[in-house]
Amino acid sequence: MNLFRWMLLTALLGFNIEASFAELNIEITKGVESATPLAIVPFGSDSSPVNVSGVVNADLERSGYFKMMDEQSMVNQPSAASAINFKEWQGLGQNYMVIGQVVSAGPGQYNVQFQLFDVYKSSQILGYKMASSGADLRKTAHYISDLIFEKLTGKKGVFGGRIAYVTTNAQRVHQVQVADADGYNPQTVAASIEPLMSPAWSPDGKKIAYVSFERKTAAIYIQTLSSGERVKVAEFPGINGAPAWSPDGSRLALTLSKDGSPDIYVLDLSSRALTKLSKSMAIDTEPNWSPDGSSVVFTSNRGGNPQIYIVSSHGGQEKRLTFSGNYNASASFSSDGRNLVMVQGNGNNYRIAVMDMASHSVNVLTSGPSDESPSFAPNGAMILYAAKKGRVGFLSAVSLDGKMTQNLVLNNGEVREPSWAP
Amino acid sequence: MKLNKTLLAFAICAVFLTACTDDEKDASLTDGSQNASSGINDASTNGLGNGSGINGAGFSGGDYASTLGPEFNDPNNPLSKRTVYFMLDSSEVMPDFIPVINAHAQYLVANPNQRITLEGNTDERGAPEYNIALGEQRAKSVASMMKVQGVSDSQLNVVSYGEEKPAVMGNDESAWEKNRRTEIVYLPK
Repeated sequence: MNLFRWMLLTALLGFNIEASFAELNIEITKGVESATPLAIVPFGSDSSPVNVSGVVNADLERSGYFKMMDEQSMVNQPSAASAINFKEWQGLGQNYMVIGQVVSAGPGQYNVQFQLFDVYKSSQILGYKMASSGADLRKTAHYISDLIFEKLTGKKGVFGGRIAYVTTNAQRVHQVQVADADGYNPQTVAASIEPLMSPAWSPDGKKIAYVSFERKTAAIYIQTLSSGERVKVAEFPGINGAPAWSPDGSRLALTLSKDGSPDIYVLDLSSRALTKLSKSMAIDTEPNWSPDGSSVVFTSNRGGNPQIYIVSSHGGQEKRLTFSGNYNASASFSSDGRNLVMVQGNGNNYRIAVMDMASHSVNVLTSGPSDESPSFAPNGAMILYAAKKGRVGFLSAVSLDGKMTQNLVLNNGEVREPSWAP
Repeated sequence: MKLNKTLLAFAICAVFLTACTDDEKDASLTDGSQNASSGINDASTNGLGNGSGINGAGFSGGDYASTLGPEFNDPNNPLSKRTVYFMLDSSEVMPDFIPVINAHAQYLVANPNQRITLEGNTDERGAPEYNIALGEQRAKSVASMMKVQGVSDSQLNVVSYGEEKPAVMGNDESAWEKNRRTEIVYLPK
């Protein structure tokens, strides 16, 4: 048995190494027509192990807000401000341009600098110089993308962020993984031949709650990413599902069916006290908190089909929010609380829709047919969701106005239930 | 890359092998390997699945029922049918399956030490957690019909896998209708 156990662990290790190289590829399917022309001139570099300007270019292109200039069309590739001939770049139709350098600063250390120019005003509008270890150069590049994006759009960038999701390969091995927002650097949080579901980031981004069926019954675990340590927080008879952190990180909303039908509960993570929030005889599930923590939205079929309801996080009267369509589910708020994203189903077509919380008007953003598990990026400008093309599951992001879509494609198997780190 | 694929295949075989050869003591393996977990900053072994993976219990349904007697393998006997199918978004048992449920209920009443798990499942469409709830309703519909006939609560175990364990891969109605189901899984005594 001991030998056998050792063989299993060895085998699992091999499998994890494989998994950690399974990267997500990105393709842009729909861009903004009025995208702003922007040139990222390849950075001057003596020995950078990472193509920093290439990462910045890919980030900003993926955002859909910019029309990136082709490297081959650049007549010159200046890396110092004094070498820029702005007239030439005006002639090439560029509104903005970025130049930079990555210079070695001792073993494994680099100084990275960049400058953003308004080509027509011939003036610098942003400039930074920063130190970075070789290992952090991708992170530094994403940070530069965030700075440029915010300067030019007024919205916070999310390129430096991380995402969590669940993969399932052809052998039905399930993994909870986290990766950079561009799909690089995927890391396995948990793996199981039984289903893993519903990864949810703690508000500080340090922990992930998820559902595991590893003991052939549902349980909710909270795992600390840095150490891999985990704690089981719910394993009641029946459903233990849909964990959602309160904005202050002290409580977890979840679905339990221990008393019969699935209901929404709030679990105090320090006292372990459990409070029942919804009490219908029907299905109540998929709780998510409003950003101020005052209320919880959830899905219920008490009216005959799944619709979105809202209730105070201290309990009380439950109010129905959605009235159009016969399938509304998986609702969650934008971080400013102004918008609620959800899945809207119509026969065989499941699409991502957004409700304006002030007017309650609903705008459908995607075309389906199998779009699910939407969540807002921290900047509120993008919505991440899971989609399917034939048998291939992948992640997609759509802008809040529905005008821009980008896909994250897993090379091998399915990828579902994405969420952006806070 | 090829080597890794070989290892992966080996991992799957090894896991499958435990499912075949080991009894229910695998839980210790889960706990043991959890100690080997390491942080997410550790490149190669991050989390190492935290042991959650290798619970040999995997591959559900290991066909224990077929060892219980010839009636479980006779295609003319309703006991040979151990899957109850459902309509879209419904947990109502269709009339076709009532004889199947009744036959299993009668067997369980006659064999009060026999336990089963009712595994509720859905097709892939819609919200994963909502589907967990729908799958549980499908399993509970079967359970309540059995209880009416005298099957004891202690004989019935209910679990819902929602859309997570499709019987058939595919994204058309022919696959979906095979995935909207409750499986009647006999447990070793």
